[in-house]
Amino acid sequence: MINFQYARANDVADAVRQIAADPKAKFIAGGTNLVDLMKEDVERPSRLIDITRLPLKAVEETSDGGLRIGALVPNSDLAYHPLIAERYPMLGSALLAGASAQLRNMASTGGNLLQRTRCYYFYDTATPCNKRDPGSGCSAIAGLNRMHAILGTTESCIATHPSDMCVALTALDAKIHVAGPTGERSIAMTDFHRLPGTTPQRDTNLQADEIITAVELPARGFAKNYTYLKIRDRLSYAFALVSVAAAMELDGDTITEARLALGGVAHKPWRDPNAEAALRGKTADRAAFAQAADLILRDAKGYAHNAFKIDLARRVIVRALTQAAKATPQSQSNKKIR
Amino acid sequence: MAPSSTTRRIGEPIPAPEKIPVKLIVNGVERQLSVAPWTTLLDALRDHLDLTGTKKGCDHGQCGACTVLVDSRRVNSCLTLAVMKDGAEVTTVEGLAKNGALHPLQQAFIDHDAFQCGYCTSGQICSGVGLIAEGNAKTADEIRELMSGNICRCGCYPNILAAIQQAMGRP
Repeated sequence: MINFQYARANDVADAVRQIAADPKAKFIAGGTNLVDLMKEDVERPSRLIDITRLPLKAVEETSDGGLRIGALVPNSDLAYHPLIAERYPMLGSALLAGASAQLRNMASTGGNLLQRTRCYYFYDTATPCNKRDPGSGCSAIAGLNRMHAILGTTESCIATHPSDMCVALTALDAKIHVAGPTGERSIAMTDFHRLPGTTPQRDTNLQADEIITAVELPARGFAKNYTYLKIRDRLSYAFALVSVAAAMELDGDTITEARLALGGVAHKPWRDPNAEAALRGKTADRAAFAQAADLILRDAKGYAHNAFKIDLARRVIVRALTQAAKATPQSQSNKKIR
Repeated sequence: MAPSSTTRRIGEPIPAPEKIPVKLIVNGVERQLSVAPWTTLLDALRDHLDLTGTKKGCDHGQCGACTVLVDSRRVNSCLTLAVMKDGAEVTTVEGLAKNGALHPLQQAFIDHDAFQCGYCTSGQICSGVGLIAEGNAKTADEIRELMSGNICRCGCYPNILAAIQQAMGRP
């Protein structure tokens, strides 16, 4: 870790002023990812601006029946919040599928959105990485790429986004509220993270002088027919090889609304309107689920070690949609997959 | 766009910051420290306060050996900057025994032989105390899942589970 200065922000406007004044400064809240990356010499901020004292810790109902989650609400508090359990259990389940109890106690909602990839080469400063050092090349494309992306990749980067929470937020059509020097704006969750393109150093569309203030959920929570199914190399405390957030509304056996988002397969949580459209109006059965899986994976491309993810994703999608349709969501403590 | 802070710029000097005063209430005792911004809570406990019960395992939040309670919540002290916890109450494994009597979970670890080399044990015990206080684990599966942030390379998991169940008052 290099030397850095430490400052505290008193309010949101002060935080924005401080970050705008120093292009090499970074905000810190939970620190679970940033401090680790600083120890690895991947992140080298000149100044950390501590935002943990800002008043962004509330979970409030909105006037249109949704929920507004302050950016500093810890992942564990959110996962166990009664309104999440009652109305957005897919989000609670995804949160509990990620990290460990200690890390969830520390990690903030806003920080989870800004997690960086766990690509080994991004972490290894001795190797080229376009995300860490733009223009240096991608070591993963011809290297060890078992954990890497199968969708939306480019010659520049095949890294995946590591968050579970973000997969559920994507399926739920969340909105991200941010504040900057010129005021506030909101960004649709589906537009918040970026595909790598030729600029994989930019994970999100958040500007360098902006701060996340809240995550807003719309009223529609899919509290009955949902699941979050995560497949990984060990049963707990590991990043996803493939994860699926699946939710639907049913009229008898007919799907009237469907949501499907994938984690562990792309530079951002992956969602495809065509796959969801194909489910609407269909009978909730294996044939419909398999067709949706084929649609969302139609452009999937494997590399030397991760081609297995394409078949795995197809099966996990079908299983997840089956769990959602049967209203038998995956348990995050008993890991038997039914 | 501003240059990425991840870009390496060798030789570019960054002025050394002043040390920052921090007050921590550690195991019930107020302690005044003066630390650099990058001093982790783990290093502050071990190197500044000589509380070496808290262990440094991976130093990256992957093993849980450094687990302590901050304001009654279990956290990885290796990923916690001490300056950010000014005014906080910190409980380490040294602070669990009261009036010469072991904490019930410490006693349970002895009763169930829940350790071998012992390196992960203080983190396991602090994590278990946090788990019991959180109240989210009731079944064996739930205890295992919510203890997954604490690795035991000796593989004492069945006995750790039994110790936690004893301390929770469950058969």
